[in-house]
Order: sequence, then C-alpha cells, then structure tokens
Amino acid sequence: MVDQSGARTTASPPGRSKVTGRLRLPVAAMAALTPAWLIILLVYLGTTVWTVQISLTKSRMLPSSEFAGLSQYQRLFGTARWSNSIENVLTFGVVYVLGAMVVGLLLAIAIDRRVRFESAWRTMFLYPYALSFIVTGLMWQWLMNPEIGIQATARAAGLGWFTFDWTTRSDMAIYAVALAGIWQSAGLVMVLMLAGLRGIDADLWRATRIEGIPMWRTYLTIVLPQLGPSVATAFMLLTMGAVRTFDLVVALTNGGPGQSTEVPAKFIMDSLFARQDLGLATAGATVMLFTVMAVTIPILYARDIWTRRQNGRL
Amino acid sequence: MRDPFPATARGQRPQRLTTARIGLYAFLLIAALFFLLPAYVMIVTSFKSMGEIRSAQIFSLPQMLDWSYWLEAWSSACAGVNCNGVSVGFWNSVKITVPATILSVLLGAVTGYALSFWKPPGSKLLFAAITIGGFIPLQIFLFPMVRATAALGLYNSLAGIVLVHVVFGLPLTTLLFRNYYAAIPVELFKAARVDGAGFWRIFYALMLPLSLPMLVVAGLMQMTGIWNDFLLGLVFAGRDNLPMTVQLNNIVTTTTGQREYNVHMAATVLTALVPLVAYFVSGRWFVRGITAGSVKG
Repeated sequence: MVDQSGARTTASPPGRSKVTGRLRLPVAAMAALTPAWLIILLVYLGTTVWTVQISLTKSRMLPSSEFAGLSQYQRLFGTARWSNSIENVLTFGVVYVLGAMVVGLLLAIAIDRRVRFESAWRTMFLYPYALSFIVTGLMWQWLMNPEIGIQATARAAGLGWFTFDWTTRSDMAIYAVALAGIWQSAGLVMVLMLAGLRGIDADLWRATRIEGIPMWRTYLTIVLPQLGPSVATAFMLLTMGAVRTFDLVVALTNGGPGQSTEVPAKFIMDSLFARQDLGLATAGATVMLFTVMAVTIPILYARDIWTRRQNGRL
Repeated sequence: MRDPFPATARGQRPQRLTTARIGLYAFLLIAALFFLLPAYVMIVTSFKSMGEIRSAQIFSLPQMLDWSYWLEAWSSACAGVNCNGVSVGFWNSVKITVPATILSVLLGAVTGYALSFWKPPGSKLLFAAITIGGFIPLQIFLFPMVRATAALGLYNSLAGIVLVHVVFGLPLTTLLFRNYYAAIPVELFKAARVDGAGFWRIFYALMLPLSLPMLVVAGLMQMTGIWNDFLLGLVFAGRDNLPMTVQLNNIVTTTTGQREYNVHMAATVLTALVPLVAYFVSGRWFVRGITAGSVKG
C-alpha cells in the first residue's frame, strides 16, 4: 500500500509530531480509526441516546414520538415485578460480590503461601470461569434438584435431616443463584489477587516476622491495603457482572419460584420481547445504565488517583 | 507481556509441617472439592441410565461406560419439535465464533496501534469513549440495534450476529492492544518512520509480528467470550443460526414428558468442551488475558 500518511515524511523528525504551521494529518491512521469512531458514535452513543429518548415517550408496544416526561419511569417503579427484581439483584449482588471476593482472596492467600503443586490448584479453582453462565446454571440446577441432586443422595445415605433444595424455595432461590455465581467467579478474584500479592515486597514478610506481628494481622492491616487496586478491579468486575446477571438466572431458576429470582436484566428482556412493552424496557435499561455508571466511574477515578500516587506523580 | 505470576511465591516461607500448614492444605482440598464436584457429577451422570440416576447416588460411578446418551445429545436430543441435538448449535457457534474472533482481534489491533503510536486528533477522546463504552450494559443497545440491523437486512443472520460481536468486542480488544503497545519502546516505531515506512507497512511488518503474544491472548479471550455468549445469540442470530448455548438451554428447558438428565448433562458437557479445552491447553495465556484485560487504562 502506498504510504497515505506521507504528510509526515522523513523530512520531519519523527519525535516532533506536533504540527506547527501547515496541517499535516496522519491520514492512514485516521482512516484506520474510522470503524472505531463509527462504532462509538453510531452504536455506543447513538443507541444509548435512542434508548433514553424512547424511555421519555409514550411508547408501549409500538414506538411513539410523543413526549411523556418521566411517566414511563413512574410506571416502571410502580410495577411490582421491577421493584421485586431490584430487591433480588441487591440481595444477589451483595452475597455474590462479597462471597466471591472472600473466597477468591482466601484462595489467593493460601496459594501464595508456597504450597506444592501451585499451578494445579490454580487450574482447579479457575476452570469454572471458562464456562458459560448457561452451563454453570444448568449444573447447579441439577445439584440442587431435590429429587436427583445432593439432597436425595444425602437422604438416601441416611441423613434424613439434610436439605439442599434452594432452587425450589422462594426464600432461598436467590442464594442458590449467588452460590452458583460464586462458584463460577471466585477463580477470577483469585487470579487478580494473586497478581497483586506477587507485587508485594518480599522484605515485608521478613520485617513482620522480625517484629513478631501475627500473620492474620499482617494480612489484614498491611497486605490487604496494598492490594487496593486489585480489590477495586475485582469489586468492579463482579459488581458489573451482578448488575447484568441474566443467563445464570435463566438457566438456574428462570426467575422462579414465583418471581423470587427475577432480576432487572431479565425484566428488561421480557419487557422487550415477551411482553412487548417498549416504554418499560427502555426505562429499565436507562436505570441500569445509570446504576452501572454510578458504580464504575468513581472506582475508575479512584484507581487512577491511586496509581498516580504510587508512581509519585501526585 | 509481564507474566502475572513470577516463578516464586512471595508468601511467608514454610516452616516444617506445622498444624497451620496442615490446615492450609485441608483448606485447599475442601476448596478443590467444591470446585471439582459439580463437574464430576455432571460427567458421571451423563453415562448413567435413568434408573441409576433415580437411585439417588450422584457421586457413584456409572455401572458401565455407555456413550449412547452422548450420541443422543449430539445428534437427536429435542428442543420442542426440533430433534437434531446440540450438533447444529455447535456448528452455528463455530460459524459465529471464528469470523467474529478474527475480525474483532484485528480491529482491536489496528485501533490500539493507531491510538498508541499515531495519535491523530481526537485519539484521547476516542480511547476514553471506548473505555467507558465497555461498561455500558448490553440491554441499553438491544432495541435500537435490532431496528438498525433489521434496516440493514442483517437481523437474524450470520453476518448480523458476527457484526454485533465485533461491535461489542471493540472495548476489550482495543484495550488489550493499546496497553500492550504502550509497553513497546516508541524508538522502534520512530526508527521505522525514519526508514520511510507508512502506517500499514509498520503495522504488518513490525507491530503484528511483535504482538503475537497479545494476538493469542486477545483471540483466546474473544473466543471463549463469544462461544459462551447467550444474550446476543438469543436476540440477533435468528432461528437458523442459534449458538450452542441457546440451543442447550432450549433442549433442557423445553423437554416434554420425562426429563432425560443423562442426555441433558452430556449436552451440557459438550457445550462446555470448547472453552474448557481452550482453557486447559492455553494454561497461563488465559490467566494473562484476565489480568491484562482487567487492568484498564
């Protein structure tokens, strides 16, 4: 290909790309970025604006352009199914995020204590993360099936008191979803934390041993604060996963029993395709967007400051 | 690319076999049971007859190695009235995953390269927008994207679902490559410029060969991500191109009459097989992908 970016030829020293005087643009680079610009402007920005705009109209089954203020949002929060799904995703989110963080962190700490067969342990704990949520959901659905699952096996073995039937009980089903989620994602947290632990100065351990500080206190008060960015990253990834949860619920409980595991992402899908209520679906999606942004932007910002402070640039 | 796990652990040095040490291994063993048992149960059950399954011994080994349920899962399990097993979904997933992975990795490589070395006006803004775009929940795009792909004649088509995957893969792949190129000495690029090489020449002859590790990592991440996708396939692929995950879920949830757990579990294992093989074969590359993809910005 002919060098389309010929504007910047060898005549101009490469380091000095800031153009003064005549405009010299890297045409080929701009052409190469066109798909990315188109995707950002048309898909990411365009469809977001479109969705938010629909949520402010009277649209129901068919799109309408008649402005309706925030009435769709009023309708949305007046819908029991939606408030219900928000409650569920909060319960799920807290249990899932905290559970995966604690399990993942413990696994990382255990593996970091110079155990034998380190990579074998790591492989065992991380493989669920390679599985889809559909596969994860179906696996746990069978394990928790009272007729053929763990409960039946335990009872057949004489443990008559044993119960593990969460997916069939509306008060426990959401915890079943969280358990399956933790099983799938704890390995991710382990990997992130392990990378953070390996970045900690080896002298620290010698110092704390000489000082006679108990191990649990070293981890809690010295190591954990140093893992700040890893913790923030894991927290952010898990929280976003929790907000978006859809496939896992579909495969494990399909929202049931009753509405006990309905979640916003599923509510939006059902409103869009099964119930064909465009107004509710777009209002729900907009609420979801703002929730995600409210969580991620402060964390991204805080992590940026943290890294810059570490590098002595702040 | 930095290896996320340098060879030696930095935790405290072990002191003989103390109680703490035994407790540590006990913890690891219990954790391993928790992570492995579901997969074990799934595999043994896929060989058991329905009678064996009802005898409520999910941990027992099958009486014999009967592959017939696997065969049924692959070629004749029913989703409603369609009795073609998961094989159709498997090939659909291949047809979706291969082009979508290649295209999105290439797009990410080119975009990351242009953003890292050429920085045309607006680069900073574009990169910020891409980073934020990666966080937007997919639900917000669905209705407009359905309308847009329908207007382009791509809704419910193979080309449509591939395009959708490329579009939504852009943030991750761009980020991976931009961060990767940020670690390449800029002097290398400048030298190529002095030699008179242009944008594409530097990309093909210098940057692509240099980014082989990242091509593998990004390809791996995209491949597993696209293979495991459910939502986009459900909405955009159309009845003739449903990916394996969607078909598996249909087979399991639409069964009428007696539920054939053995067939269903075989179908589930089959669906999990491709990403699992990729995971076990690729080893540390998978881990690198996770750490490289999560350290955003």
